[in-house]
Amino acid sequence: MSDEIKADVTMDLKGLACPLPVVKVSQQIKKMKVGQVLEAETTDPGAHADFPAWAKSSGNEILKTVKEEKSARFYIKKLK
Amino acid sequence: MDPGSELRRLREEFEALKGGTKNKLSMIVFSGDLDKLLAAFIIATGAVAMGLEVVMFFTFWATPALRDKKKRARGKDLFGKMFGFMLPRGAGKVKLSKMNMGGTGTAMIKHLMKKRNIASLEEMISLAAELEVKIYICDMSMGLMGFKPEEMIDYPGVEFVGVAKFLEEAGDSKIQLFL
Repeated sequence: MSDEIKADVTMDLKGLACPLPVVKVSQQIKKMKVGQVLEAETTDPGAHADFPAWAKSSGNEILKTVKEEKSARFYIKKLK
Repeated sequence: MDPGSELRRLREEFEALKGGTKNKLSMIVFSGDLDKLLAAFIIATGAVAMGLEVVMFFTFWATPALRDKKKRARGKDLFGKMFGFMLPRGAGKVKLSKMNMGGTGTAMIKHLMKKRNIASLEEMISLAAELEVKIYICDMSMGLMGFKPEEMIDYPGVEFVGVAKFLEEAGDSKIQLFL
């Protein structure tokens, strides 16, 4: 499948509560190269609002969000 | 006009047009309540994630939350000893602003937070240190309550300052908060 996104780094953030998912993701993104993709899985319901807000102000892009039964996976591309 | 001073003039004009603000959050932490302190640290650490520089200025009732439970200071006067005894000895001892119910409410909330995997106040302070959140402590509050620097937590880069220092930081901050 051509629309399959390949993540360079995966993070398991399940069980972590606000503000930790966003803090951990921002720390991880800093260590990565421009163009790389981070896959972060979280159970924090606030992440659906927080991750896009964080991506917008930090200048990164959320390529795709996959909702699972109890969690969600975000594919974040480092843009700068 | 020489190019150097012209450049300086243009730069000043540019800064003025930008509103002279940096990507910075300055926060006065006044409350010594567990709930409000938690909110302060959640906002502070979240702001670092959003790419902001963060400055927290601890004053009045928030000051004792930064005491180290294991440290003791010598040579206090009577009032200093009284305040030292009556005010919470560190982040582990602060209470809820509502529903404290003689401590049972606070204990209940702490239990729930652990169950829901929400970071404790002590953990949030360590996280803030790791994220290089700057902490200033009001010198006057320290003096008023008889606290000494040697009984406060070892927070990297902590400074004891006055109101002018906070206002300088707040002056070029995009966001200013009072908690």
